[in-house]
Amino acid sequence: MQTVLSIAVDALAYGMVLFIISIGLSVTMGLMRVINLAHGAFAMIGGYFASYAARDLGLGYGVGVLAAIVGTVIIAIPVERFLYRRIYGQPELTQVLMTIGITFCVIGIANFAFGPTLKTIPLPQMLQGSVDLGFRTIATHRLFSIVCGLVVAGALWFLIERTAFGTRLRATVDNAAMAASLGVRTQVVYAVSFAVAIGLAALGGVLGAELLPVEPYYALRYMVTFLVVVSVGGAGSIPGALIACLLLGAIDTTGRYFAPEYGEFFFYLAVIVIVTLFPRGLAGRFR
Amino acid sequence: MALSTQSTTGHGQAAAPRRTDRGVIGAAAIVVFGTAGYFVFPDNLALLTHIISTMLLVLAIDLVTGYCGVATLGHAALFGAGAYGAGIAAAHFGITEPLTMTLVGVICGSIAGLISGIVVLRAHGLAQLVLSIAVIHLFQEAANKASAWTGGSDGLSGIMPDAVFGRFEFDLFGQTAYVYGVALLLVTFVLLRILVRSPFGMLARGVKEDPVRLAAMGASVQSVMIRMYIISGAVAGLGGALSAISTQVVGLDSLSFTLSAETLVMLVLGGTGSLYGAMVGTVVFMFFEDTVSAANPFHWLTIVGALLIAVVLFAPKGLYGTAAAFFERRSRAGKGRDGA
Repeated sequence: MQTVLSIAVDALAYGMVLFIISIGLSVTMGLMRVINLAHGAFAMIGGYFASYAARDLGLGYGVGVLAAIVGTVIIAIPVERFLYRRIYGQPELTQVLMTIGITFCVIGIANFAFGPTLKTIPLPQMLQGSVDLGFRTIATHRLFSIVCGLVVAGALWFLIERTAFGTRLRATVDNAAMAASLGVRTQVVYAVSFAVAIGLAALGGVLGAELLPVEPYYALRYMVTFLVVVSVGGAGSIPGALIACLLLGAIDTTGRYFAPEYGEFFFYLAVIVIVTLFPRGLAGRFR
Repeated sequence: MALSTQSTTGHGQAAAPRRTDRGVIGAAAIVVFGTAGYFVFPDNLALLTHIISTMLLVLAIDLVTGYCGVATLGHAALFGAGAYGAGIAAAHFGITEPLTMTLVGVICGSIAGLISGIVVLRAHGLAQLVLSIAVIHLFQEAANKASAWTGGSDGLSGIMPDAVFGRFEFDLFGQTAYVYGVALLLVTFVLLRILVRSPFGMLARGVKEDPVRLAAMGASVQSVMIRMYIISGAVAGLGGALSAISTQVVGLDSLSFTLSAETLVMLVLGGTGSLYGAMVGTVVFMFFEDTVSAANPFHWLTIVGALLIAVVLFAPKGLYGTAAAFFERRSRAGKGRDGA
């Protein structure tokens, strides 16, 4: 029982970090039908911004998070305008190649600018130390990540299900041409949701820095994980992504507890089983 | 693509003799460049052999991606299966006759092709891509875990191939390995050239263009793709076996996602859907890589990224495809003028 609860808590923290990063990817894939392998690169850029602001400039954690989100979105806007717009509606292979190209460029530039070492983001006093949950103690920042994940899920749900913008977004996801003819400015919807997605990626990159350490190969190492989450959850679905993150987090954490020598064997085995059984994801809208 | 339309629909029967000529030209080019490489870079034969084994993998990807339209990021699984198959046969079972080792590699590659084909072809689009990634990771973790057989992360060593035909020893300078590689490449090229222009090859192209129509015409799309995956596995396994024989070690990197992604990049750089494109892309990419990454591996990554973006934006047919289309246009314009 003790072990089960311990695994559950770790899995929850890991799953929530995955969720914050991947939900943006899920939204852009569901909306724009782009297989964006560069999503992890944006999360990494967020991590670098936060590390630079908080550690090198000494501005504190809160400013670091803000700097990460704002800075990454500012970088992402021209990238979307000049590179991504050209691959909307193109075959998958083209999209994969373009976004892998962007990822490689980001890795090279990050290494050139910041060096190959791990970057830490110093935590504020409040998030250091640990909290006693009764059956075990948990690092406070993990609890913080869990709370943030829940807040993000709730806020996104509210945004998409309860606001006018959310209605337009859902209409555009279902049928872009029809939505446009009904007066929805789909280009604006695209741009805003891309910015939100990238902002969330940056946030996740900062919050998850303790679990997924920030270094130049971050973009390549976790790219597959994020892609898997979206594929398992089904692109464009928030509940799907949440379930997928928790499920995959649980599988991965359990595997590491009981059979660490197998590495990620069980993780990928589970992925094959799930994707084969649900080719459109657990709750997919992706065609 | 340009080539496919050109050679399937463009000329019809009149072009038949010319098409045969082109195949001869391709085979001749392999012999000429192979010989030139032997004399121009006598100190770099190991690199050239490495290029040939990678080229076989890129040709294998071309068979499924370029001809059947399957987007895969996990094709190194087939290559690694061939490499480990040949390596294990030599290191654990004492099968050190190079031709037999190569055959073992081909068989292991085909089996891996069958397995990953069954898995990958279950889905389409994003799910297919994810399945191919999962397959390559699964293969790699399995090879890492079975370290008694594969040597795990230390790599599999102790591969000592005998002399080819009992006469040509594998020497320190890699001369024998290189000549062996060129011979394998030549044979493979000729066979693949026949394959892609056979009725089966046309069927595969049809699957890429319009699977629904092909199914309506009574062809089994799934069976065509699975068969192509097995053939592709044989070619990739051949490349893996060549790499195991020439380097005499097999490492986990031969089963890596990175290798899969890089070889896909090579294919696209050269141009998908054409055997020449696959070979040109490999040579250009690997020579470039060897030069630049000697200076700085991270600049290399930036340049590959920029190159990829440039190819996608400006030359979606790849180097060979763009050049072929250019010359095709020129020759057509020339003919037009002659006729007038």
